[in-house]
Amino acid sequence: MKLIFEKSRPGRRAADLPASDVPPVDLNDAIGEKYLRGDLEMPEVAEIDLVRHFTNLSRRNFGVDLGFYPLGSCTMKYNPKVNEDAAALPGFAGLHPAASESFAQGNLELMFSMQRLLSHIFGMAEFTLQPAAGAHGELTGVMMIKKYFESRGEKRGIILIPDTAHGTNPASGALCGFETVTLRSNAEGGVDLEHLESLMSANVAALMLTNPNTLGLFERGIEKVAALVHGKGGLLYGDGANANAFLGKVRPGDLGFDIIQLNLHKTFSTPHGGGGPGSGPVGVCAKLADYLPVPRIAKKGEVYSWSDNYPQSIGRVRSFYGNFAVVVKAYAYIRSLGAEGLRRATEMAVLNANYIKEKLKPHFDLPYDRVCMHECVFSGSRQAAQNGVHTTDIAKRLIDFGFHPPTVYFPLIVEQAMMIEPTETESKETLDAFCDAMIAIALEASQNPQLVKDAPFSTPVARLDEVLAARRPDVTWKKQ
Amino acid sequence: MDYCPHTQEDSEQMQAVIGVKSIDELFDDIPQKYRIKNIPGVPPPLSEHETMELLKSIAARNSMPSMTLTGAGAYAHFIPSVVGHITGRAEFYTAYTPYQAEISQGILQATYEYQTMIAHLTGTEVANASMYDGASAMAEAAILAAKISGRSRILVARSVHPQYRQVLSTYLWANGFTLSEIPYTAQGRIDETELEKALDDSVAAVILQSPNFFGCIEDIRPTALAAHDRGAMLIAGFGDATSMGILEPAGACGADFVVGEGQSFGNPLYYGGPYLGIFAAREKYLRRIPGRIVGATVDKNGKRGFVLTLQTREQHIRREKATSNICSNEALCALAACVYLTALGKNLRELAKLNIYKTQYLKSRLLELPGWNRVFSAPVYNEFALAYPDAKAANARLEEAGMIGAYDLGRDYPELENTLLFCATELISKQDMDRAVEALR
Repeated sequence: MKLIFEKSRPGRRAADLPASDVPPVDLNDAIGEKYLRGDLEMPEVAEIDLVRHFTNLSRRNFGVDLGFYPLGSCTMKYNPKVNEDAAALPGFAGLHPAASESFAQGNLELMFSMQRLLSHIFGMAEFTLQPAAGAHGELTGVMMIKKYFESRGEKRGIILIPDTAHGTNPASGALCGFETVTLRSNAEGGVDLEHLESLMSANVAALMLTNPNTLGLFERGIEKVAALVHGKGGLLYGDGANANAFLGKVRPGDLGFDIIQLNLHKTFSTPHGGGGPGSGPVGVCAKLADYLPVPRIAKKGEVYSWSDNYPQSIGRVRSFYGNFAVVVKAYAYIRSLGAEGLRRATEMAVLNANYIKEKLKPHFDLPYDRVCMHECVFSGSRQAAQNGVHTTDIAKRLIDFGFHPPTVYFPLIVEQAMMIEPTETESKETLDAFCDAMIAIALEASQNPQLVKDAPFSTPVARLDEVLAARRPDVTWKKQ
Repeated sequence: MDYCPHTQEDSEQMQAVIGVKSIDELFDDIPQKYRIKNIPGVPPPLSEHETMELLKSIAARNSMPSMTLTGAGAYAHFIPSVVGHITGRAEFYTAYTPYQAEISQGILQATYEYQTMIAHLTGTEVANASMYDGASAMAEAAILAAKISGRSRILVARSVHPQYRQVLSTYLWANGFTLSEIPYTAQGRIDETELEKALDDSVAAVILQSPNFFGCIEDIRPTALAAHDRGAMLIAGFGDATSMGILEPAGACGADFVVGEGQSFGNPLYYGGPYLGIFAAREKYLRRIPGRIVGATVDKNGKRGFVLTLQTREQHIRREKATSNICSNEALCALAACVYLTALGKNLRELAKLNIYKTQYLKSRLLELPGWNRVFSAPVYNEFALAYPDAKAANARLEEAGMIGAYDLGRDYPELENTLLFCATELISKQDMDRAVEALR
């Protein structure tokens, strides 16, 4: 498809502007000639050109509303439409963030209530809604860990991270000056407790643990893990990326987690918009509450206000108060599901993942064969060894069957990994159709491997040259 | 509401396939003593209608102003209808990050177009696919400059957005770098003499913003020269992004990085977010910058297509050695910006002019009133600071008249007590401004 620049014709316009109702001023006087720009190369198209261009682009994009999207660890559940309508209410969409609190009592009440709801659901003392995404929440969490030990006068330089963790965990640790040390998994896919015990020392600030982990497995030794970390004065950090696995079943705060970051765009159904916005609230236990970012919401009687008066705070991590509209959508979601709906969502998510696991088990290698939580991780090793068909090929072939592929090549400890997260909003028929497609591809891999290696056949482009893209980067269009 | 489609029969059949007698069995790995049966504190479910009524009632507890005279990092602009209609396409808004390029060409191509427009507008060669917001984009640029240069100090103009300086301070503290402020002059611009004094071989970067927090247009070139002379980089922020339609871009004035808030391009105010951080840079830094980048390439049949590229910078490959930990960005907001800029096209310059005209009108009207005085002498885009003996009372009068008044600079600058920062965009009519002036008379 042509780029919008290639459709441009001098003199065409889409949006128009009102005539000025105030006198014009001479820009050379008002601004000064030397501060004015010369060229302004923008696309020039009519409104219909614009609409067709972007509508046709949208047709080259796959979203949850089009079909099954079992992208492991991303919790691509259905995004309820009512939540979109709620966030678009003029009262939420139109208010300026610097408006005095007297204008914003509704917004403040909603954010305050959201913090309380999240505290109840996760068993934490306090929440901040300021971080803009999960990784931003992680960074905020690690900053609080740093500040906590700084304020106690303790020098702790290490953060432990299991080998199953998301890449954001070590990156967040490193961004705060910590050395990150890898913690091994045991044979059943959990934390190797002996290794943990040998690594724990007074120099370890925290263990960053995803539970259930990226294998979709609940940490059976969690009590022991928490005891080992706390025993040496360390903090237990929870990566909440997989929180869809335990809503209404268990609370991280009760398990001993000191900090947890969430991803509202995963667990709480807000649409991810092709890569963002997200929202990454962070919850903490009582002893860490003083370190939360500012400003925080204070409630006096029925009146809400912003307060910066927390001298121990790490400070700000974002302008204003975070991705407010995303918070509105997640709030609407929590209120519409209620306690029992959240619990049912988790139960159905776990049921769906185990169902897929059982149905695909005869056809693909399952490195950790035990009850999984909200996702299951298969390996394409058999197909790779026997037929030369790799996980990438299986993923590309799935596209021809109308499905978004699972997360592939992650977690790193599983060879040829395929991480499948169905979520609770998918029906049995959809899961059956997906499993049938996976089984058909396994059969194709053994009978006609080239077919799988040549896939996809149904897309406008296929197997893009990523090496070329990285070797000769072309990241902006240049006029010929 | 219940968005789970399973019937009782479905559930039972699936349990039979799995080989469990109850769903509860699937949770046996969770230690029994921590299992909960319900979530105290979370109310019972609501129907769709009840949900909407609840949210409406909360929204109604906000009071909506008849006009907003504050900018200060978030700007009320007209958003053409096409923007919402395109970003509302579920193919875009219900997608995740484009990991599978074949079924993500829509967002990938749109992001490539966005990057092209941003690089041009900022006067640089490259731009990424967006950051969280202007403040975090600035903080990431500062950290990058420190890492590239091996130096540890960052100098920031005090005329940079106060919240951005706070975010900088947080990020730099966490990374073990230091931040110092450079004062402003009576013009309302960075003090070049003080900058010269502060610059030494430990400085990784100088940060300024134009238009700055006072609305003043900075003279970027001399600052860039001064920084470069001492081997430091120049990071340039901006106030209202629409100013790029008319002002010489910072990239053309020697900035190494241009970062700031892109909300003005087609994104509603939303009480602070989601917005998008613009991050643009000189080409030589392309392999070091944070965030996702879309690149053009060819497919196996030689057709042009787009992919996420240079991923070896990113956390999912490099882990603790990554440039940044950023993963999610603000893709849908960047798409809104791309559609907005396409809709405006070269009219972006006319829009910027309109903002200048309105601002000059409001400023001249206010200066006619007794007690109101100029504070800074540098030229401004669509914000300006005025002094008034009782700024709080003035704002209270505007609020009584149903308006969000000006930003009180005394909140962040003790030395600017009783100084108000006004903003006038194209949304404010002459009649509106006259009404505001009357309320202050």
